[in-house]
Amino acid sequence: MSAKREMLTASLREQLDLRPGEDAHLVLRRATVLDPVAGIDSVHDVVIRGGEIAALASPGEAETDGAEVIEAEGLHAFPAFFDPHVHLRTPGHEHKEDVETGTRAAAGGGYCGILAMANTEPPVSTAADVSALREQARAGASVPVGFLATVTKDMQGAELTEMVELREAGAVGFSDDGLPIVDAGVMRRALQYQHLCGGNIALHEEDPRLSMGGAMHEGPVSAALGIGGIPSVSESTMVARDCALAGYENARIHVQHLSAAESVEIVRAAKAAGVQISAEASPHHLCLTDEEVRGLDPHSAKMNPPLREERDRQALIDGLCDGAIECIATDHAPHQPEEKDVPFEQAAFGVTGLETAFAALHTELVLPGTIDLALLVERMAGGAEPFDLPRPTLAPGSEANVVLCDLGAEWIVGEDGYESRSANSWCAGRTLTGRVLMTVAAGQVAFRLRSFSLGVAA
Amino acid sequence: MKHLLSIEQLSRAEIESILDRAESFAEVGRRDIKKVPTLRGRTVVSLFYESSTRTSSSFDLAAKRLSADLVSVKAAGSSVEKGESLKDTVATLSAYDPAAIVIRHPYAGAAQMVAGWTEAAVVNAGDGKHEHPSQALLDVYTLRRRLGSLDGVCIWIVGDVLHSRVARSNLIAFAKMGAEVTVCGPPTLIPRGIEELGCDVSYSLDGIEEAEVVYALRMQKERMSESFVPSLREYAACFQIDTRRLEPRQLLMHPGPVNRGVELSGEAIDSPQSLIAEQVAAGLVVRMAILYELLAGGDASTPAAEGEGSHPTPIGTSA
Repeated sequence: MSAKREMLTASLREQLDLRPGEDAHLVLRRATVLDPVAGIDSVHDVVIRGGEIAALASPGEAETDGAEVIEAEGLHAFPAFFDPHVHLRTPGHEHKEDVETGTRAAAGGGYCGILAMANTEPPVSTAADVSALREQARAGASVPVGFLATVTKDMQGAELTEMVELREAGAVGFSDDGLPIVDAGVMRRALQYQHLCGGNIALHEEDPRLSMGGAMHEGPVSAALGIGGIPSVSESTMVARDCALAGYENARIHVQHLSAAESVEIVRAAKAAGVQISAEASPHHLCLTDEEVRGLDPHSAKMNPPLREERDRQALIDGLCDGAIECIATDHAPHQPEEKDVPFEQAAFGVTGLETAFAALHTELVLPGTIDLALLVERMAGGAEPFDLPRPTLAPGSEANVVLCDLGAEWIVGEDGYESRSANSWCAGRTLTGRVLMTVAAGQVAFRLRSFSLGVAA
Repeated sequence: MKHLLSIEQLSRAEIESILDRAESFAEVGRRDIKKVPTLRGRTVVSLFYESSTRTSSSFDLAAKRLSADLVSVKAAGSSVEKGESLKDTVATLSAYDPAAIVIRHPYAGAAQMVAGWTEAAVVNAGDGKHEHPSQALLDVYTLRRRLGSLDGVCIWIVGDVLHSRVARSNLIAFAKMGAEVTVCGPPTLIPRGIEELGCDVSYSLDGIEEAEVVYALRMQKERMSESFVPSLREYAACFQIDTRRLEPRQLLMHPGPVNRGVELSGEAIDSPQSLIAEQVAAGLVVRMAILYELLAGGDASTPAAEGEGSHPTPIGTSA
């Protein structure tokens, strides 16, 4: 009971960094409120005040009390989303993204918190790096941001970073994402050391001797295109290795961007065996297959891990449903046109995803009936807990992390530009159904769609 | 047909139309004056990012035989070496308002991207390990002349299929023309899933006697550092086509350049059943036909410049 109370009072504002602002004072009048984890699924007036969900009142009955009133009849309020896998590109590649633009994109996509990866230039490997980034976040982040530090010095895969000092400086966890930790001995030592420093270790699973510089999934499509393949086993063998190591060392790992059916199976089995492991899947792997690569367009179809086959996509969906995969993570990876306007094999890996994740998955998986809306809402916010952060919830008394959506709104991705500094969205030009109208993160209004009419203060 | 980017995009009828046109250019090649005025005043750019002897020389000569103005750009010695992007290079060359750009590039999809950046007709002269459509067309042309038709003909493609754009384009083209194709090579050099392109797969030469045509691929020695096969010696022992393995009725082809003593024995290359020299000769007329088809094919009256006696008589009236 007391543990539960603690979860409710814990807040992203306390544990992560953002630009301080005014607490929102809002009434979302007659919103359809859905928070499957808290067991809420009904129409309410959502009262947001003092940084918290002050009340879920009966529809039409909340006192306005000077609040901005938003007529939300027919609109949906969910716990805002949490993305444990974002590339903010700073330091070093601010022409692609930075803290300000990246968190604006997150807010635009309905996120109330994100974790930034450490594969910057230079990588985030020292306490000073972490402190500088946290300072930037306090100056310019629209939503709370946490920073991961690298597991190994400068991502060289050889020596551990000063993980204790990095944690003291505020690193939420560790990851060499972008690169695998190839040396099993180094991986094992990091897991041992976790018992001292704490913090989850997020893993990009790939055996480079099996992926061999490939640019897409290995299979009939790569055979037809003559493009070097990245076989499924380049991922699954590393997932299996790290599940075994984590089990042996009684340590905790988070497996990033699962893409192959075999990997999902291994994660599921490891969980059943009691290994402390969490896993994520990205919207593009849940929506697309390697058939997308036939067009040889690096903008929409080149990412690592690569888009795989339909059976892999189905396995990811099954994993999402049965909990083998607890969260959706975008692996938001901004790139500029000159890195993408080149032949497929030469193009940079990665696509953006923050601004489109919910709408894309709503369009591709919920509307056709593949998964329930409630499951999507739950998984979109599932990325916080694996990193010891409070799951966003609409339970009264909790920190106000709310996304307001119009599930019937159709929009064309990219038509009005992007909040992100980069435009390499995998679903650019697609018509999606479901749009984020407003995001409240850590009690503050982080985003409001320009065309969404303002409510009238009473 | 606006561009020639891949064999995959061509129908059998389109392939046949190009080959028919090539037949008419073969007739021109037997004249004393081998030039026709078809593309007079038009510019063809050939842009090669990879080394080439046959393909670049035959496209260049094809453009000249058709009276086009030719600009040949090789990556070595050009602004590419100064770091200019493909997109910028194409924009630069497009300023000359070329009718066609012939491009070879080390990466898949390059020709297709170029087609999106220029008004010119784009000819893929090889994009990475993806496709080499003009090679496939000249090979089909060569076989058609020899056999009349490829319907039901059994063709084995032998060697390093994994790294070969020729293998991919040819197996698609041969299958479209009705042939039964088997790809054969060591398992490390056969891409996973290739059978879905409509071919059989064999990991040894057992059964090659069923083939009417044996198409050997170049063994890419430069890739041996990755140990795809234990040694060239063992590769040759298992997969070299020699006169012992080749029956007299079987035809032998190779896209060139040949590694003598690796994928083919010297004897086999010089044997009467080898079509290798015919393939090279076919390259010129087929590439003339490709340029003609893209730049003048839509308008049958274009090739006959007034009063010129040397224009070809179109055979395929479907063009």
